[in-house]
Amino acid sequence: MKTVKKLVTNVYFWLTMLFFYAPIIYVVIFSFNESKSLTRFTGFSLQWYKKMFESRSIREAIYYTLIIAIIATVISTIVGTLTAIGLSKSNKVLRAIVLQINDIPMMNPDIVTAIGFMLLFTSLGITKGFGTILLAHISFCIPYVILTVMPRLRQLDDNLAEAALDLGATPVQALTKVIIPQLKGAIISGALIAFTMSFDDFVISFFTSGPKVSNIAIYVYSSIKRINPTINALSTIIVVIVTTVLIIVNVVPMIKDRKLRGVQK
Amino acid sequence: MSVGIKINHAVKAYGDNVVIPDLSLEVKDGEFFTLLGPSGCGKTTLLRMIAGFNSIEGGDFYFGDKRINNLDPAKRNIGMVFQNYAIFPHLTVEKNVQFGLKNRKISKEDMERDTKQFMDLMHITEYKDRMPERLSGGQQQRVALARALVIKPDVLLMDEPLSNLDAKLRVEMRTVIKQIQREVGITNVYVTHDQEEAMSVSDRIAVMNLGEIQHIGKPKDIYQRPANLFVASFIGRTNLVNAKLVLKDGKANLCFADGYSFVMDNILPEEMHDQDVIVAIRPEEVVINNEEGIQGKVDDSVFLGLNTHYYILSDQVHCIHTEDKDDDRFELIQESMIDEIIPNGSEVRLKIKKEKVNVFTADGSKNIVKGVKNDKYLYGND
Repeated sequence: MKTVKKLVTNVYFWLTMLFFYAPIIYVVIFSFNESKSLTRFTGFSLQWYKKMFESRSIREAIYYTLIIAIIATVISTIVGTLTAIGLSKSNKVLRAIVLQINDIPMMNPDIVTAIGFMLLFTSLGITKGFGTILLAHISFCIPYVILTVMPRLRQLDDNLAEAALDLGATPVQALTKVIIPQLKGAIISGALIAFTMSFDDFVISFFTSGPKVSNIAIYVYSSIKRINPTINALSTIIVVIVTTVLIIVNVVPMIKDRKLRGVQK
Repeated sequence: MSVGIKINHAVKAYGDNVVIPDLSLEVKDGEFFTLLGPSGCGKTTLLRMIAGFNSIEGGDFYFGDKRINNLDPAKRNIGMVFQNYAIFPHLTVEKNVQFGLKNRKISKEDMERDTKQFMDLMHITEYKDRMPERLSGGQQQRVALARALVIKPDVLLMDEPLSNLDAKLRVEMRTVIKQIQREVGITNVYVTHDQEEAMSVSDRIAVMNLGEIQHIGKPKDIYQRPANLFVASFIGRTNLVNAKLVLKDGKANLCFADGYSFVMDNILPEEMHDQDVIVAIRPEEVVINNEEGIQGKVDDSVFLGLNTHYYILSDQVHCIHTEDKDDDRFELIQESMIDEIIPNGSEVRLKIKKEKVNVFTADGSKNIVKGVKNDKYLYGND
């Protein structure tokens, strides 16, 4: 009975893993394919990576994706964190209203948000391009930061800021020396979520970018008809970047924690 | 550099909700002053007004001669100990203690010397590299005290600092707090709802209720001659009994429902007239005997070593119910005798130690016995 139960659990686990990761592994494997085929593996080669870096439009797409993701992450993290701190100190009604509004962009289908942005920019007469896509990214990233930082703030002891103030700290010092360090973990997760949201966004980017600016997602979409393993290579690089970031974010605190305990012993 | 605190006609309101209508008091330089009262009486609110964390809707607050109403908390030079300690969780014990010094312009040597001095004083030097999460409640409390004192504040403010500790540690830490306060010689305003804690540490206590001061005085004065019925029932245990004050041959007789009466020699002259009164009798202010006193029957007894507690039921003299005491029975404490504990059901008489009991007007607003010392009126309260 016990072994059957164990077997079922194991099978279930591996099926889940397969379901999650098979498409990704498939993409990675075929990025190293020698031939152009997307279904038959004929031999190992790095030619698609070479091709990818040779293509100016791909280089540009990577550049725009990264630069937009980085700027959007930095700005939305700062704005989102400060908003969350401000909200935690404001009155209940205002806080409830703002948090409700904050939830809307996340629950809204991307397409609605995207069309909204497009109409807004058009009606204001703003030419679509780098600026508009960046603005859109910043604005849809902020709610995620607020949503990650807020719960941590709620656990925070109100007296900490007051303790800092009566020990002679200025309000800014109380924020930077006491409050922000407590929120560090939540801010990093918020930033990470914002980064990945911006990094792999397609719908909103597609509707807010102009003809001159395209990120990776838009590039992949537009080259869907002449698809070849350079797309696999591109995807592999994205997977590697995202995985690396995730590992860093998860492992670094663990090492730090261990070091700290080492000191205490 | 410790200073005194003066508060004139303080008002605290949240919109239309007035929490403190009009409150004045003075804390002397170097005094251990306690704000005592039930939860919601405004004691923490007042402390936070002194600290600068709550706005002041009216009145003047002075540290020495300096008016501090509009001064930032950071510039009031206060040390504050919070109920939950508010130790910075991301800093080691040593860094926590240093935090206030870093915000002041002092040399590194001075900073290290002061930090060490106060960590030694609070016996936390051995934990200096530990993170707060690895400290016990008592140790965190010591860190909080060291951190507040190391900046040499003018005033030390403490908001229920012991309420998160277990009973044994609480007794230990209150001794520590009292000792340190004396050693450093700092003005201390201490907030608590625990009357025993207040009596054990304070030079003077202000008993508060509903945003108003009821009584300011030394622990002994407040306990023995409480200004009104609220103070009498909040401080220590007490039996409240209805009685009549009857004037006979120019003497005030206190008459109980079962006919027991005696002459009181210490009634205020202006209160020498026939009136209904409430008598507050503490458990230790009666003697069990067989000749005179309130008639009753032993309902129960509890032997506690040094003392024995008896619960007496009387047919006619009932105790008035209060928030703390929802019991008709008369509680009394006697030093334990070597002979048998009086068995339940025995008829007894309770003779009242008349020089000790307090007598209040029927509405409880005034103690009509001579000898009440209430500093409240020195500072312009009504």
